[in-house]
Amino acid sequence: MKTQLGGATAFYGVGNGEHAPEQPSVVFIHGSGMDHTVWLMPARHFARHGYNVVALDLPGHGGSEGPALTTIDAMSDWVSALLEQLGIGEAAIVGHSMGSLVALDFAARYPSHTRSLALLGTSTPMPVSDVLLDAAKNDDRAAMVMANTWSHSAPGLMGGHKSPGMTLYFGGLRLLQRTPEGVYFADLAACNAFEAGPVRAEAVACPTLVVLGNEDKMTGPKQSRAVASSIQGARVVELDCGHAMLSEQSNAVLAALKSIV
Amino acid sequence: MSKPPFEFDTLALHAGQRPDAETGARATPIYQSASFVFESAEAAAGLFNLERTGHVYSRLSNPTNAVLEERIAVLDQGVGAVAVASGQAAMHLAVATLMGAGDHIVASRSLYGGTHNLLSYTLPRFGIKTTFVDPRDPAAFAAAIQDNTKLVFGEVVGNPGMEVLDIPAIAEVAHAAGIPVMIDATFTTPYLCRPIELGADLVMHSATKFLSGHGIVIGGLLVDGGVFDWAASGRFPTLAEPFDGFHHLNFAEEFGPAAFIARARREGLRDFGACMAPTTAFHILQGIETLSLRMARHMENAEQIAKFLSEQAGVLSVLHPCLPSHPDYELAKKLLPRGAGAVMSFEIAGGREAGVRFIEGLKIFSHLANVGDAKSLVIHPASTTHHRMDAEALVAAGISEGMIRLSIGLEDAADLIKDLKAGLRSAAKGGR
Repeated sequence: MKTQLGGATAFYGVGNGEHAPEQPSVVFIHGSGMDHTVWLMPARHFARHGYNVVALDLPGHGGSEGPALTTIDAMSDWVSALLEQLGIGEAAIVGHSMGSLVALDFAARYPSHTRSLALLGTSTPMPVSDVLLDAAKNDDRAAMVMANTWSHSAPGLMGGHKSPGMTLYFGGLRLLQRTPEGVYFADLAACNAFEAGPVRAEAVACPTLVVLGNEDKMTGPKQSRAVASSIQGARVVELDCGHAMLSEQSNAVLAALKSIV
Repeated sequence: MSKPPFEFDTLALHAGQRPDAETGARATPIYQSASFVFESAEAAAGLFNLERTGHVYSRLSNPTNAVLEERIAVLDQGVGAVAVASGQAAMHLAVATLMGAGDHIVASRSLYGGTHNLLSYTLPRFGIKTTFVDPRDPAAFAAAIQDNTKLVFGEVVGNPGMEVLDIPAIAEVAHAAGIPVMIDATFTTPYLCRPIELGADLVMHSATKFLSGHGIVIGGLLVDGGVFDWAASGRFPTLAEPFDGFHHLNFAEEFGPAAFIARARREGLRDFGACMAPTTAFHILQGIETLSLRMARHMENAEQIAKFLSEQAGVLSVLHPCLPSHPDYELAKKLLPRGAGAVMSFEIAGGREAGVRFIEGLKIFSHLANVGDAKSLVIHPASTTHHRMDAEALVAAGISEGMIRLSIGLEDAADLIKDLKAGLRSAAKGGR
């Protein structure tokens, strides 16, 4: 679905459902260099169960026109504007990686619009190594190969995709490679610069779930647990996977989300 | 910049498979089951709605086939693959996924005879026409593209003329028109050529051939590179518009880079049903485990034999890109540095009758309609694989009545050369 926001096209997937703001809403926020397609399965599940699904593309990603936003705050403000535009008052907010920072920021700053919160593959702060940042600044494509490799668990790198016939490694890489030049660096830099995480975490008041991968090399299990421990009452689900949990453990991620959305 | 984190030989053994979690089985088990029990009614609904991963019915997917599919997709650097009943089924599945009546294909005119039949005679009955062009002329591909063109197609190495397709150049003209390129990489396998790395969008294989190596099964594989933007092209309603046959699913919108292969499975396998048997997938996997070793030996033998034939008085010409006399020698060195495959053609002195005497004089080479076996094979295209072509089409495809096609196997090259010498003596004797 498309809408106009701030003079630019904003795209959001609805999980093959209909835009129905009168239904309970669930908002999915993707990670760096990604788009709404990473939420294919949960989006379809919640749409089938009558939820109003908004699997959004942040500016510069997927079907949303750029330019890319350069701070996490600006991204959560954009999400707020999109929800207002779509007539959505309150939603379950689900974010992965960079999207988890946006979700965390949104939940803290827009508490009346947040019914519940799910943070997948999260860490705050979310420092990005100089090697990766420099690569992204100089040559987005090299950074994508690097990050895509680090995003998978050791078994995941060899394959064994749960979705028949699909590849874990190239599935992730081809999606990153669709990102327009400069967008990936903007995303990584926004993650790296986001310092308000601990403050935002303390301000979260809604039911919260943290989903972590025990082989996550991008946002380690220890860092994810630290985020959970700083949010009042947050639960943790640990999965046997790397950072790319949506493809490595899609059924388990869905099962976890069903408990919070 | 797309290189996977493990080397090719390692991936050929491991990609897509982990030791069985329940039994510890290291080899890929054969899941000889038509269907799979649902965990619950809700899980069943989720599988049908594509919101969960898993298997429903072996026409759509099977755990053994899934290992093969992921392995070939990784080796070809694609986002996914579908295993089907034959190479012909892979070709048909690609066409049926991309287009319908009223659409058009631009293809190299140097193709496997079965593909030529499908494009020339059968698909026109369903409203899909093909323009055949010189595989060595990218401008001819560009000129043949029409408003309704949906695919540009060719073989890495043409059959049986051994023309090397300039994949980067062909991809450039096709992409400029918003059209994807599919390459038949049967003769080369990903060991010798990865078309997606060279700019192609889709790859198909007859897995019956070099991928298997043993010649005991029939199978096909269709690989999606995940690099073509179906929505931006504006030519592909099957991928970028809602599909009534799947509750208005828009594949490009929901699957992104995997739109093509998702539709190929969800519509193509579901409705056309040309699925692969799990035991066949198992056999092909056994072949792929030794692909690197076999292909290296195939190339070593093929290059020795091409050189031998080119030096024989009873041989008028030899077509193999490893020979400096071949028009694509330089292009092959650039695009196919590990070799241009183990299939070659030559023209025997004495025409059709000499060709027959040659074949009948061989003891090690087997006269049959196949290539890519571990055993060396021989055939006379004009009377077998390409027999439906009239004289004009044969000439256009670079086939003469005296042309012999060889598929060089893994035997000792010295024994193969002895056998060829015997065949050439038989051909020459009968001509006196």
